[in-house]
Amino acid sequence: MILLASSEVAQQELGFGFFASLAAAGLFVYSLKWLSHPSTARRGVLAGEIGMALAILAALLTVWNMPNGSGFGWILIGTLLGAAAGIPMAVFMPMTAVPQRTALSHAFGALAAALVGMAHYYIHYFVIFPDPDHVSYGKDAHPLTMAFLCFEVLLGALTFTGSLMAFGKLQELIPTRPITYPYQNFFNLALLGVALLIGVLLVIYPGQTWLFPIFVILALIFGVLLIIPIGGADMPTVISLLNSYAGLSASMMGFVLDMPLLIVAGALDGSSGLILSIIMCKAMNRSFLNVLFGAFGQVQESSAQTTQKQVKASSTEEAAMLLESARSVVVVPGYGMAVAQAQHAVRELYDALSKLGVDVKFAIHPVAGRMPGHMNVLLAEAEIPYDRLVEMDDINPEFPQVDVVLIIGANDVVNPAARHDKSSPIFGMPILDVDRAQTVLVIKRSMKPGFAGVENELFYLDKTSMLFGDAKAVVAHLVKELKEA
Amino acid sequence: MHDLSKAPDLATGLFVFLLATLLGLEVVRRVSPLLHTPLMSLTNAISAIAVIVAIELSGGPSTIGIVLGTLALIAAMTNVLGGFLITDRMLKMFKSREARK
Repeated sequence: MILLASSEVAQQELGFGFFASLAAAGLFVYSLKWLSHPSTARRGVLAGEIGMALAILAALLTVWNMPNGSGFGWILIGTLLGAAAGIPMAVFMPMTAVPQRTALSHAFGALAAALVGMAHYYIHYFVIFPDPDHVSYGKDAHPLTMAFLCFEVLLGALTFTGSLMAFGKLQELIPTRPITYPYQNFFNLALLGVALLIGVLLVIYPGQTWLFPIFVILALIFGVLLIIPIGGADMPTVISLLNSYAGLSASMMGFVLDMPLLIVAGALDGSSGLILSIIMCKAMNRSFLNVLFGAFGQVQESSAQTTQKQVKASSTEEAAMLLESARSVVVVPGYGMAVAQAQHAVRELYDALSKLGVDVKFAIHPVAGRMPGHMNVLLAEAEIPYDRLVEMDDINPEFPQVDVVLIIGANDVVNPAARHDKSSPIFGMPILDVDRAQTVLVIKRSMKPGFAGVENELFYLDKTSMLFGDAKAVVAHLVKELKEA
Repeated sequence: MHDLSKAPDLATGLFVFLLATLLGLEVVRRVSPLLHTPLMSLTNAISAIAVIVAIELSGGPSTIGIVLGTLALIAAMTNVLGGFLITDRMLKMFKSREARK
């Protein structure tokens, strides 16, 4: 009898569910591997989809075999509602809104992890709906399991509210500038400390069910407070960091439930978020701690010394003539291009110049835009071939040979002060060396300083001409001039 | 249904976690910066693997499990379906110069 029981267990462990999750883990790794290059990337999506489908199939089979389960009704409802929210968002959302969608999807992923953790806690420590048939009825949770569960819920809950705040800032529902108040960092850390303390108490006394909701609420509040002091231009780092947290939360769930597939999928997400955060931090010459606690981008009042200087404004006619006679042009897109939705006008400019035999490239700074790779997606959407999009380190040595640089809505990433002005807040940040090109054209709405609140000395150089106006309108004008020429 | 009173298999878990993280770091490091946005939406869809636990909860016997599980299922399913779709939509747009002509 005992022998029979154990062989049954062994069979269950090496059944379809086991092989499905093994295959899914492998497919997820290949999914990311194939994403390394545009030519294989769509295969990567397919691998991910197959892995996910296998894992879901195995989960449905588990429910099918549950002796006392509630059937498929709720699963169907949940799936339909999820499809109703997810599919239209994926199909119709404009590419300029991709950062917002990404923040929202981090929020959903983290919410799912937090809810699952809460469900496992409350199934064990039923309060309102007792379930005496449950395997662990009346037994206390194991401290180690409880510790992982607490981490899962903490990371899930704070990433949920944090991502919602990031979404709010990206959608401009709440002010994008950092919101600060005295003793902010001290207060935030104290709150986190209290939450961790309650977590420790829960590990020791898991049956104290009144502690659990307090723990969850503190984690939710901490998520809000963590993002409030972070400004819009730091969003690429913050989104990457939240990505990492959401993944870690899923990994923790895997520890709680002894499910290696969850650990693997979460770790892949976590390491990807970590790498992107590091790249973003390096591209701004800042540390994690500085991004999280530095409240960068507050309006600084100290940069008055350059205001006496004059900038040179230019007309679109002059600019078009300059572009037309150039051999090589490098376009530097920034967040301003996304705001003005100018990517399609830029594509027309690219076509017009290419037709005239001008070599046009696009220089992409890693933190241009509001999330990693934001500019690339926008320009790809406008059907600019991806081999024209050049990374910072590859394009920088080429600038001295470039005839005209056209800057569209970028500011801090082209400020030469980052190279030499030790007093500048952006000193040390790697920039695009556009000031080494022959001439520079800057399309800009007004002389307002960029996100970092720093004056840009590039605008005052002799070789620089400013084209004031809405990016889309100015680029459209340039295209018209070029076509008439 | 999972038993919280049982100790987790810490050694195996850490082993898997460490290897998967190292593998993830190596693989993601090779992803072209061109594709960092699709990378993030793809990893987001993959980490919505929590959907399988949500399914087991919503189809399970416990009432509280069904309530929280179904809510988790809605959230995770949004990411699974939306995440892969939008990643593919983005990747379709990346064309080289030859492909465009």
